[in-house]
Amino acid sequence: MDARSETRTWDGNEAVADVAFRLNEVIAIYPITPASPMGEWADAWAARERENLWGQVPRVIEMQSEGGAAGAVHGALQAGALTTTFTASQGLLLMVPNLYKIAGELTPAVVHVAARTVATHALSIFADHSDVYAARQTGMAMLAAGSVQEAHDLAAVAHAATLSCRIPFIHFFDGFRTSHEVCRTSRLRNDQLASMLDPAALSAHRRRALTPDRPVVRGTAQNPDVFFQAREAANPYYDACPAAVEAALDALAEATGRRYGLFDYVGHPEAERVLILMGSGAEAAHETVDWLRARGERVGLIKVRLYRPFSARHLLAALPRTAHTVAVLDRTKEPGAPGDPLYLDVVCALHEAHQRGDIGSVPRVVAGRYGLSSKEFTPAMIAGVFAAEGRTHFVVGIDDDVGGTSLPWDRELCIEPDDVVRSVFYGLGSDGTVGAAKNTVKIIGDHGTPREQGTSREQEITEQAGRYAQGFFVYDSKKSGAITVSHLRFSARPIRSTYLVRRASFVGVHHKSLLERHDVLERAAEGAVLLLNVPWEPEQAWARLPIELQRGILERGIQVWVIDAATVAREAGMGRRINTIMQTCYFAISGVLPRDEAIAAIKVAVEKTYARKGPAIVRRNFAAIDAALGGLRKMTPGEATGRPRPPAVPPQAPAFVQEVTAAMLAGRGDDLPVSRMPVDGTWPAATAKWEKRGIAPALPEWDSRLCVQCNKCALVCPHAAIRTGVWDPEKVSEPPLTFRSVPYKGKPFKGLQYAVQLSPDDCTGCTLCAVVCPAKDKANPRHKALDMVPPHMRLKKDRAGFAWFDTLPEPDHALLSTNVKDTQLARPLFEFSGACAGCGETPYIKLLTQMFGDRLVIANATGCSSIFGGNLPTTPYCTDAQGRGPAWSNSLFEDNAEFGMGMRLAVDQLTARARQLVAAADLPPALVADLLSAGSTEADIAAQRVRVEALRALLPSGELHEIADYLVTKSVWIVGGDGWAYDIGYGGVDHALASGLDVNILVLDTEVYSNTGGQQSKATPIGAIAKFAAGGKSVPKKDLGMLAMAYGDVYVAQIAMGASDAQTVRAFAEAYSWPGPSLIIAYSHCIAHGYDLSRGLDQQKRATKSGAWPLYRYDPRRAAQGKPALKMDSREPSLPLHEYMYNEGRFAMLKAADPARAEDLLSRAKAHVRRRLDELLARGRE
Amino acid sequence: MDLSTRFMGLKVKGPLIVGASPLADDLDTSRRLEDQGASALVTRSLFKEQILHEQIDTLNHIESWTDSFAEASHFLPEPVSWRHGPEEYLERLHRTKQALEIPVIGSLNGASPGDWTSYARLIEQAGADGLELNVYYLPLRGAETPQEVERRFLSVLTEVASQVDIPVSMKLNPFLTSPIYTAVRMAAAGASGFVLFNRLFPGQIDIEALEVHSDLRLSEPGMLRMRLMWVAAVYPHVDVPLCASGGVHTTEDVIRAIMAGADCVQLASVLLRNGPEHLGLLSGQLREWLETREYESLEQMRGSMSLGHAPDPEAYERANYMQTLQTWRPPGG
Repeated sequence: MDARSETRTWDGNEAVADVAFRLNEVIAIYPITPASPMGEWADAWAARERENLWGQVPRVIEMQSEGGAAGAVHGALQAGALTTTFTASQGLLLMVPNLYKIAGELTPAVVHVAARTVATHALSIFADHSDVYAARQTGMAMLAAGSVQEAHDLAAVAHAATLSCRIPFIHFFDGFRTSHEVCRTSRLRNDQLASMLDPAALSAHRRRALTPDRPVVRGTAQNPDVFFQAREAANPYYDACPAAVEAALDALAEATGRRYGLFDYVGHPEAERVLILMGSGAEAAHETVDWLRARGERVGLIKVRLYRPFSARHLLAALPRTAHTVAVLDRTKEPGAPGDPLYLDVVCALHEAHQRGDIGSVPRVVAGRYGLSSKEFTPAMIAGVFAAEGRTHFVVGIDDDVGGTSLPWDRELCIEPDDVVRSVFYGLGSDGTVGAAKNTVKIIGDHGTPREQGTSREQEITEQAGRYAQGFFVYDSKKSGAITVSHLRFSARPIRSTYLVRRASFVGVHHKSLLERHDVLERAAEGAVLLLNVPWEPEQAWARLPIELQRGILERGIQVWVIDAATVAREAGMGRRINTIMQTCYFAISGVLPRDEAIAAIKVAVEKTYARKGPAIVRRNFAAIDAALGGLRKMTPGEATGRPRPPAVPPQAPAFVQEVTAAMLAGRGDDLPVSRMPVDGTWPAATAKWEKRGIAPALPEWDSRLCVQCNKCALVCPHAAIRTGVWDPEKVSEPPLTFRSVPYKGKPFKGLQYAVQLSPDDCTGCTLCAVVCPAKDKANPRHKALDMVPPHMRLKKDRAGFAWFDTLPEPDHALLSTNVKDTQLARPLFEFSGACAGCGETPYIKLLTQMFGDRLVIANATGCSSIFGGNLPTTPYCTDAQGRGPAWSNSLFEDNAEFGMGMRLAVDQLTARARQLVAAADLPPALVADLLSAGSTEADIAAQRVRVEALRALLPSGELHEIADYLVTKSVWIVGGDGWAYDIGYGGVDHALASGLDVNILVLDTEVYSNTGGQQSKATPIGAIAKFAAGGKSVPKKDLGMLAMAYGDVYVAQIAMGASDAQTVRAFAEAYSWPGPSLIIAYSHCIAHGYDLSRGLDQQKRATKSGAWPLYRYDPRRAAQGKPALKMDSREPSLPLHEYMYNEGRFAMLKAADPARAEDLLSRAKAHVRRRLDELLARGRE
Repeated sequence: MDLSTRFMGLKVKGPLIVGASPLADDLDTSRRLEDQGASALVTRSLFKEQILHEQIDTLNHIESWTDSFAEASHFLPEPVSWRHGPEEYLERLHRTKQALEIPVIGSLNGASPGDWTSYARLIEQAGADGLELNVYYLPLRGAETPQEVERRFLSVLTEVASQVDIPVSMKLNPFLTSPIYTAVRMAAAGASGFVLFNRLFPGQIDIEALEVHSDLRLSEPGMLRMRLMWVAAVYPHVDVPLCASGGVHTTEDVIRAIMAGADCVQLASVLLRNGPEHLGLLSGQLREWLETREYESLEQMRGSMSLGHAPDPEAYERANYMQTLQTWRPPGG
């Protein structure tokens, strides 16, 4: 063992990627939460030409799907390269067919999995073991890690073992809890890694490579005569696998002193009650067992490391013979099974051991389930499991009031010792709180290095040991105004607390709005320090705090400090970045490190982080650090006289929202019992309106005198927060006194009143409405019909105004024309989503619901649009006054076009059935004739709905009565992003386009995987940087429109709302009316483009003017009339391409980083734009 | 014919300097300009805004959406190398210097003292033979006294000059209240030369859109007269080289500028319009003109028409203004 050790404070993904990168030659990946960062690290390192153990830069390639990645891995392995991949959840499932192949061919390989829930009744990005369990039958060996250190170490063990035993491995660790936990660890050096690998095994792998120099055949088809025997022939390799893993673990221990077993026992040597589990939960269990033992309890724990092949012999060796009860905990649910997988494995192992006579008696084995979708798994719950003797097939951590399976646990129990420093920070999405907290963990983690000595992790600690540090970060489900909570722990001992912080000695609140929205003392200990970033003097601050907070401060003896970080940041030239300032304050008053030492350490960290990025940034951060200390003030509490926090939802919300949604919004969703849950994933629509977030830093103010009533503001609003409407004042109640309206100018509603009205609590302040507003004051053109103003100027007036406006009856849709202005007089049936402020996708979806909402069926691919469309607690799709609205569902990422086709087929079948019944029914012949010949225009649909009601009245029951609504047109839209349409789902998109079915595909093209963080797709344009194209993409964007046009009978439009809203509306209407497949490719600006989205619409114009995004519509109906089917809707380029591109960070950053390459790609981009335009123009002449 | 002259603290082989413009961006163009007889080349300006904002903007692009969502801790890859406007600028200047034999002058543009002035040293380290300082500042808020505006110019100059050993010339603003006084004080503060004048690029009003559009318009011949008047006026008061800039398009313009007191002229618009070869044309014509009129050297005519030497200095002065206006009649009137 070598005394020189290197420590790193990093997260599980980086720790694993660091090993995988060094031990492989080919890395084929596909992004999926929470495993994406592993691939991103590998890509970033390859871009920097970092070398693997053999001095070569691994080749990293992003594939079009996990299925593709697995295929590439299989191929690379067959051709002799050391190959790996990273994935999770659905991604692992897509790899399953290849995993069978790779294992069946005894091919050494490791798949690193950040374990994540598989979507069932709902998608979840969080952790459980349902994905890895779903691969347990493939023949892959499976190794489970429970912490960042273990994940780093076992990654190396998996690579070493697979080479020597030929069985491929899944190495897994818990998504988020381990993959995203930032933790101080010891890093394996190259020489340590090398010492674990057997060079002979590596050359054996190479010798097995498929090569024409030594040809063999693999991948044969076998028949009943030999398949079975051949399948059994691999058995000796599986038998040898546990020993190979033990050997690799021994080599690791030899190299590092860190020793693990296949099954590790922790606890009383003569334990009576023993837990068995795997993954991060075992760390919390370890902590709990230590605590219970110290209290005299005879308890123990077996951590399962090698799950497959399951070595019963090793399990028995680890289990104390004194155990009379063994509780096996599974982090998955297999409905209908006699028990969950690990439980069955243990039962079988013990039963067989007893049958063999290896053990005299079988302990009682009980089964428990915990932690689905990252449900908290705490020492209190674990103590509850130990306490619950006699119960089996229980769940822990939730209240199952339906099945009665849940175990009770002491919710007040907190076993963390006082010498663990615990801190919690509340921040808002983009305020840098999480980044600063990560930085703090690194500063403290890297501050003093624990020496590695002795043979176990515990013995690493010496008197001189530095601090162990842990950071874990929780985000809410919104993309705008999201709350982040950072949980930090520091200790002189290794930290095993794999659960959220409770009883923190420090609580930081980084934005004043959080005080209204959150119980910021929920995790505070008695006497904790509370730091508030508020724009108030300490003397005035107290009175502004909510009364609940005031009471908490007084009752629990909390010390409160305040700082006006926004002002300090502005004065230090930091803009709106408050992270460094809040971090400095934390170090100044938390006592986690000596103050001066801490400040010096922050400056070192700033220098390290930013030196490369510019000396001005370093200087400004230094200035901010110094100014922060000067701005920090202590607050003296007064009497508890503040106002109460507003309720999570208003009292008029429906019962379900009051009882379920409100609890989720208030952060009390964990307390909801099973009985409150829908049984099949069906949730009510239209609940977003009950969540009033009030996150806008500025609100638009309408000047009715200037307004030209173009309604563009409502069109572009990403959150449907600004509305335009007309009404007959004779037919409605009196508006509030502060409400403004003017006579409507346009047909067909001349004479009605008109207003632009904002829902102020749903606005994000993105400014797009004010930017798009064309109505300038002629005397003072700076003033427009919509100006952004401080929220306090509008809040009260617009709250009252919107409450009234929202009750107005809708205008008759049959009177609305197909133009921008009229579409915006219809109520949007997609409102107040959690999309990013300034989102470029949501305005298209909202428009869709305004044009066809009452007959809309949406199949939505996984991605941003499924997250803002369906991520609970609230739902943005809503209904019209008749209760009709978009029917929305998300199936998967890869199957969305097929999912939508299925919907179309079902609707068609039910419509055909209804028509069949109408034809056969005893109804007036005129009614039958009309019912069967109705069209699809607004007027047709209105008339048909009347007929359907007449039919229902005539047939008060029966099948036709039930399905009569299918006589009214339904419009099926298949919606998703470019990652789906161009990459993973392209096969399905192509199939839908070729199907002749009346489906409409709307591609919200951000030219990059947005939801998973900006990985390149085939829609990424040449010259843009993206993850996996850090050096700028060198291949042009795939021309999806041209591919679709090749079919001839597909309606195709390429649109950009910011460039031509009229064309957008026309394209939607034409796609709707075209009875075959339609494809609309919609330019969607996105935060991943790297610029301020208030310029998004202008960038859309530039994209079109420069030729980068030509607008066109290809309508097969025109061809039928003998005209060219393709019509160009944009003119010849009038703007140099670089004046579009270099306004965006994704292009400009390449210019800054590598001007020569940027220049080259720009000239290729120009040539491509020209060639593409010429092709379009040529087609337009056909 | 001896055409040699001075440009800031440097001795140069002739009076035709390539002014700050995109001309120096391209190595090939720079070489052609040198071949055509350019005696020095001023690179495009490095702006304070580039120094500060590019660093901060780039970071903001990356950081503003960092660690905000569970699924994506960031949205753009960290660039393989971080280079900002300044670094690119310095590298280009270095390459230009390597490729040319004539002096290469860096140009720095900012409006107030601050940490950006440290780039003067980096420009020197990149190989610049001199530095042209352009304090483009418009007191549009109306809150400063003329003295305060002047102090601002002086303090930027002092800060920049103190950081480098190469000569620093000041590109003057055309709207100084008292240009001669200011120039004298600047010379005392370390200015090794003056360029008269900086050009302003006011935007154009779009009367339909009610917007002001900025666009770059090349210089026009009429701009030169005002500049020459001030060259003629400043000339007797300072003993550092003067350079006329803005509207020098013809050989006659060059001659007039030298006669007014300039040591040299800067050419930009005319070269952008007509290409580097135009510089060779002017150079040849200048030599021919001087030889035909039997001048001994360029030096001989320098300042001959300055305020101190011109036979009729009142033509520059108030009396001339009155007479011009009083005697003017409409053409044909």
